[in-house]
Amino acid sequence: MANHGAAAAADVKVRKKKEGQFSLVMKRLSKNKVAMAGLVIILILFLAAILAPYIIPYGYDAMNMAERFASPSLKHLCGTDEMGRDIFSRLLYGGRASLSLGFLATIISTLVGMFIGSLVGYFGGVVDTVVMRFVDILQAIPGILLAIAISACLGSGFVNTIIALSIGGVPMTVRLLRGSIMGVRKMEYLEAAQTINCSVPRLIIKHILPNSISPIIVSVTMGIGNTILMAASLSYIGLGVQPPTPEWGAMLSAARTYMRDYPHMVLFPGLAIAIVVLSLNMLGDGLRDALDPKLKQ
Amino acid sequence: MSIEKKQSPFLEVKNLTVHYTSEGKKIHAVNDVSLSLNRGETLGLVGETGAGKTTIAKSILRILPEPPAHVDQGEILLEGKDLLPLPNDEMRKIRGKRISMIFQDPMTALNPVMRIGRQIAEGIQLHEKISKKEAEEKAKKMLEMVGIPASRYKEYPHQFSGGMKQRVVIAMALSCSPDLLLADEPTTALDVTIQAQVLDIIKNLQQKMNTSMIMITHDLGIVAEVCDQVAVVYAGEIVESGSKEEIFDHPTHPYTVGLFGSLPDIHSEVERLSPIAGMPPDPSNLPEGCAFSPRCPYATRECRQGKVKLASLGGTHMCRCIRNMKGEGEQHG
Amino acid sequence: MAKTLIEVKHLKKYFPTPKGMLHAVDDVTFSIGEGQTMGVVGESGCGKSTLGRTLIHLYESTDGQILFKGKDITHVGKRKLHELRKEMQIIFQDPFASLNPRMTVQETIMEPLELAGYHKSKLMDKTEEIMDMVGIDERLRHSYPHELDGGRRQRVGIGRALALDPAFVVCDEPVSALDVSIQAQVLNLLQDLQAKSGVTYMFVTHDLSVVKHISDYICVMYLGQLVETTTSRELFAHPVHPYTKALLSAIPSVDIHHKRERILLQGEIVSPVEPKPGCRFAARCPYATKQCQEPQQLREIGKEHFVSCCRAEEIGG
Repeated sequence: MANHGAAAAADVKVRKKKEGQFSLVMKRLSKNKVAMAGLVIILILFLAAILAPYIIPYGYDAMNMAERFASPSLKHLCGTDEMGRDIFSRLLYGGRASLSLGFLATIISTLVGMFIGSLVGYFGGVVDTVVMRFVDILQAIPGILLAIAISACLGSGFVNTIIALSIGGVPMTVRLLRGSIMGVRKMEYLEAAQTINCSVPRLIIKHILPNSISPIIVSVTMGIGNTILMAASLSYIGLGVQPPTPEWGAMLSAARTYMRDYPHMVLFPGLAIAIVVLSLNMLGDGLRDALDPKLKQ
Repeated sequence: MSIEKKQSPFLEVKNLTVHYTSEGKKIHAVNDVSLSLNRGETLGLVGETGAGKTTIAKSILRILPEPPAHVDQGEILLEGKDLLPLPNDEMRKIRGKRISMIFQDPMTALNPVMRIGRQIAEGIQLHEKISKKEAEEKAKKMLEMVGIPASRYKEYPHQFSGGMKQRVVIAMALSCSPDLLLADEPTTALDVTIQAQVLDIIKNLQQKMNTSMIMITHDLGIVAEVCDQVAVVYAGEIVESGSKEEIFDHPTHPYTVGLFGSLPDIHSEVERLSPIAGMPPDPSNLPEGCAFSPRCPYATRECRQGKVKLASLGGTHMCRCIRNMKGEGEQHG
Repeated sequence: MAKTLIEVKHLKKYFPTPKGMLHAVDDVTFSIGEGQTMGVVGESGCGKSTLGRTLIHLYESTDGQILFKGKDITHVGKRKLHELRKEMQIIFQDPFASLNPRMTVQETIMEPLELAGYHKSKLMDKTEEIMDMVGIDERLRHSYPHELDGGRRQRVGIGRALALDPAFVVCDEPVSALDVSIQAQVLNLLQDLQAKSGVTYMFVTHDLSVVKHISDYICVMYLGQLVETTTSRELFAHPVHPYTKALLSAIPSVDIHHKRERILLQGEIVSPVEPKPGCRFAARCPYATKQCQEPQQLREIGKEHFVSCCRAEEIGG
């Protein structure tokens, strides 16, 4: 017994102190340049949205009829719209609505989905059958239709839009987490936890969730982009956030009448949405790899 | 190298060196390996997980995924003809026809949505110019040869047990009467009694067809049962090779000795096993000099300076150890 | 034989399947003495792992009796089960699947101690003591399982199982996933720990060489039934049941000079789902007669030697 470690320990990474899962994941993520670029872009957009009132050159609703439909120039970086409002300012300010809609709705739907999903995944049986049939029904309706129906019922406005957007996302999270938990449930370390008298909540929180949550984290990042698109679609057809509060989808919607003559009016809001969705996807892809515990650093 | 110069061996591998690239690191999988095999003989490649056994076999069949793998140097001579520089379409004619391989896991080797008879027949049709009907006949004959009634020709893989599946794989591998069979742990996934059946079938067919075989295994017992020649692989190098009798009666390299000491044997009583200390080295960071030296109870400073050469111990017995080159300690017994 | 620690009487464990009841463990009777090692051998699907898991209540038994230290523990309440589990533990086969990949070595070994209510001040010392006992370098305590090799991972699993100093440990193929040289290290460790603490092992494996090396007594199982049980020495010297004989003859031996007669089995393994009453090995048995269609009884044919075969005397040892 004495000599087993002596010759060998060289190949194993030795840590002076415990490194939590979060810092491990961040360390692995930081090696992925594409994902980091995505993260940086998101953070910059966030910062810009938060600081919007202080940094925008013109008020988001400041009209200037003398400069309607101005093309992009140094004075108006992204040009102006039909009422002579500065599109750049409106974009930055609009980020507040679009980003917070996207993030809040996704996070709410994920938390609800996770709660249901972990119960369903752990207990299985009748609970599983009943809940999953309900999920099937919800999933049979296209997400955007569901969101339209709900927000038509509840009426427009920020909170109602969030509710409309989150309900559609719940079934996917439930299904994802359930599948992931089913995979983990077969693992022997759960049996081991049982033999050392681990209680059910502890079993779920300590042993099951940490090992089944990675697909959820990935789907959240990618889902935010999707939700922003949906929010934009809702505004586009006149539901969702109402004018004069700028929102990217609403801006697109308003611009479509002038698309032929003044393409810059659709170009920039469209670009903003595309950039957010793209960088979230880049981040999500990187997270997928970084969350794999088997990955060496 | 061989004493008989009159004819070159059936298969000769010369100075084969293969590395993988993984996460920016260079992994030395096979380091300067030379082997030779005569017609009808069986060579056992013994070693632990990650020693490079499978990589050697895959290089012979040229099915290494490149990249990440890369053959740095070496020759693989089949009846004197080097396989490595052959163009792909020529290699395809050799694969399955002259050389075939049996993998460890029969599940992954069979197509789950294709009838097993069809899978065998397809392989035959690919290499022999015969009609579909004739191929079918031959496939049925092959099934019976491995002890599966021809009436099961139309069944799917999931209808067979693990041992039966492996027999189907063997039937597939042998259907074109290859000259060389590479068997990569063919019985590891099977139960002992089924393993005995499968080994028996492989041995019989091999003798009947005069096929040469390379048997890759970690089980010295299997080597004792089926092999004529043995090569012990450690960290991508052959550390000891020779005839079965030479290796089993006079294991010489400390690693080989350690392997025997680690093995509980049903025919002897030992209170405690004498395992090899430590772990196999990291193949991306092999130790200087002899790769086994960090675990070797006899290692001296000399062992860690420069590569050790394979040296003859008489007969076909070769060993890569400094102690034997000096003629100091031949640990017979 | 030493004082009996655990006794199993007519234990049955069935699982429902779409095709009927799967008889994973069917009417198994044996006992294990304190501080001894009972080897359980058999091929895949013979129910040996199920047997081990049923004994420590990971599965609820279908029928029969389990006695632990003389007390009937077949059906126990939640509180009693919690007490019992401190005394009965399991070491798993796959050292990857049996360790939570998001927990460090230290956290894994510490968890049973925490749950057993160890005081915070003693927790650290005890964990270090266990790591030392199973031979894991103290420097590795913050490593995650994937950063360790198979042998060390298995040591962590052993540490977790032995943390509370249990009286009985089921070792479910603890070395089958390891390379030969590492396997020997772990076997030696298990033996050392037994010598030190007097723990009783039930050693489940398909590897006969390993089971011979480590066991005092051996049970041979075939499709859920116990076909033969005796001392390790007796079993290898005088196997009686035709299945045991075939099994022993099938092991490839490193002895190249003594060619042994090999019994090659014909026929296929029957299904353990709703099996017929008779001997389950009969379909492959070279000695099978009509009598074998009748249910077989486990009976004593020599000192501490039990066989479940109606033709045991004729076949002989």
